[in-house]
Amino acid sequence: MVDTHHITLDPTESKDTRSGFGQGLLEAGQANDQVVGLCADLTGSLKMNAFKDAFPDRFFQVGIAEANMMGVAAGMTIGGKIPFTGTFANFSTGRVYDQIRQSIAYSEKNVKICASHAGLTLGEDGATHQILEDIGMMKMLPNMTVIVPADYEQTRQATLAVAKHHGPVYLRFGRPKVPVFIQPEAPFEIGKIQKVISGDDVTIAACGHLVWEAVQAAQALAKDGIRAEVLNVHTIKPLDEASLVASAKKTGAVVVAEEHQRLGGLGSSVSQALSAHHPTKMDFVAVEDQFGESGTPAQLMEKYGLNANAIVAKTKALLGK
Amino acid sequence: MNSTELSSLATQVRRDIVRMVHAVQSGHPGGSLGCTDLLVQLYFDTMTIQPDAFDMDGKGEDVFFLSNGHISPVWYSVLARRGYFPVSELATFRKLNSRLQGHPATEEGLPGIRVASGSLGQGLSVALGAAQVKTLNGEDTWVYSLHGDGELQEGQIWEAAMYAAHHKVDNIVSFIDCNGQQIDGSTDDVMSLGDLAGKWSAFGWRVLTCDGHDFDDLQRVISEAKGHRGSGVPTVVLMKTEMGKGVDFMEGTHKWHGIAPSDDQLADALNQLESSLEDY
Repeated sequence: MVDTHHITLDPTESKDTRSGFGQGLLEAGQANDQVVGLCADLTGSLKMNAFKDAFPDRFFQVGIAEANMMGVAAGMTIGGKIPFTGTFANFSTGRVYDQIRQSIAYSEKNVKICASHAGLTLGEDGATHQILEDIGMMKMLPNMTVIVPADYEQTRQATLAVAKHHGPVYLRFGRPKVPVFIQPEAPFEIGKIQKVISGDDVTIAACGHLVWEAVQAAQALAKDGIRAEVLNVHTIKPLDEASLVASAKKTGAVVVAEEHQRLGGLGSSVSQALSAHHPTKMDFVAVEDQFGESGTPAQLMEKYGLNANAIVAKTKALLGK
Repeated sequence: MNSTELSSLATQVRRDIVRMVHAVQSGHPGGSLGCTDLLVQLYFDTMTIQPDAFDMDGKGEDVFFLSNGHISPVWYSVLARRGYFPVSELATFRKLNSRLQGHPATEEGLPGIRVASGSLGQGLSVALGAAQVKTLNGEDTWVYSLHGDGELQEGQIWEAAMYAAHHKVDNIVSFIDCNGQQIDGSTDDVMSLGDLAGKWSAFGWRVLTCDGHDFDDLQRVISEAKGHRGSGVPTVVLMKTEMGKGVDFMEGTHKWHGIAPSDDQLADALNQLESSLEDY
């Protein structure tokens, strides 16, 4: 048995996080007529059609021209709009880094960069589209907030939250259907870690699709008498260092799990925070300096060691059990 | 303001430019001198603006975007002379803790600047977004932007050009500083721009031309551009200029793109530019 908060251990449905974004964007548009949407020829993939249909005058098709999209979005903040850009994570970051850096981050523009199909779980399209460096790139930009929600419901909540937050945001989500395990009434606060399982023996800090894997890992570890604390670190930046340090002081061991390169992602943020405030033994469940490849999401997460089994193995090794 | 008054102001702005660049021995005088007349025309005659109550959103007023941000000296001088901030602040250009960064920036809150620029090719996209919002907000105001001709080698410019025509953005007038020069030499030598009028026209823009050093011609072309509101066609003005205009030894060469005059050269330049207002 594990001591849960805000989640269910037996979810009855699976949904894609990008659909949570689409629903959240529609609701944000209904709540605030200053919200506008821009998309680079991926309206269906980003689930932006509901917003487009509800607010055709506030939706802007940009075509396959992501650099221009970032600039137009920056310009639309001048005059009070709250632009949400939509394209794949690869084209939301690496392709347009300089546009984001100068016209959005340095210029402190209230643009919400919404990125789907992040990481290996994009699947069969392969490494050209499976960006695993985006969290690192975006968290390094001053003024940028970086959010990686864990399931459909949390992505919907995060989309609504970033619409109310003033400043540039990178919101990262994914393609596949994953269990909807966070309770709808669970609070979502930007910059505040969501503890989903309490434990004393080890801390598992995860983001995005890896949170559900961490929850499953905690259940498996419990059968071996290891009580894992699972932290949903949905906000990579600003990082909730106080909650991390408190958990590390309690457990004395931290495993970080993310669908991202080990270099530069959540793991490096957590290790920097702990090395400064409470040095703790750690390990990392992440991609080891490699590009991905074609395959189903489940096959890829298994091959690259990003699932519950991998978390269990690294946790036991870290604890010497 | 009549052409004589504008011309007098432009001379003072040119003095400011060479003095600012000389003081820190860095900056970009050539393009700044070449675009002085346009910026004086826009800020002192054409645009409806609120210099003493700068607002980032620019609601209800015309807004200007400098995409080729390296010619910041001319923009800073014009903004200061127009009353956006104290003229004395021009003395801080490019110095530590200044609001007058090497390239325009918003971070320190300098009135008049609405987006950072310097990395080339980004300003047209930003200007188009701002123009579309003016339409969304029901305004009849205008957006003006300025770009270097060398800057047109950046691909994002043409993404934006295609976007503007598709979305029928007709409350923008974009000026191209056609001086035929860039850092490494003439545009013909470095990367030929070819038939610019044909290129913009093929992208769906109305193409106008003017002499960038003739206030009457600048006023004529702006008036003509503004007459096409409602056409659904964006307007670009290919503005013929001379890099380094007003200082004879800087004129017409790429060599003064990004270097500062010596003490003797400054004295020579100032002798050619009669002060109309007090120097900062």
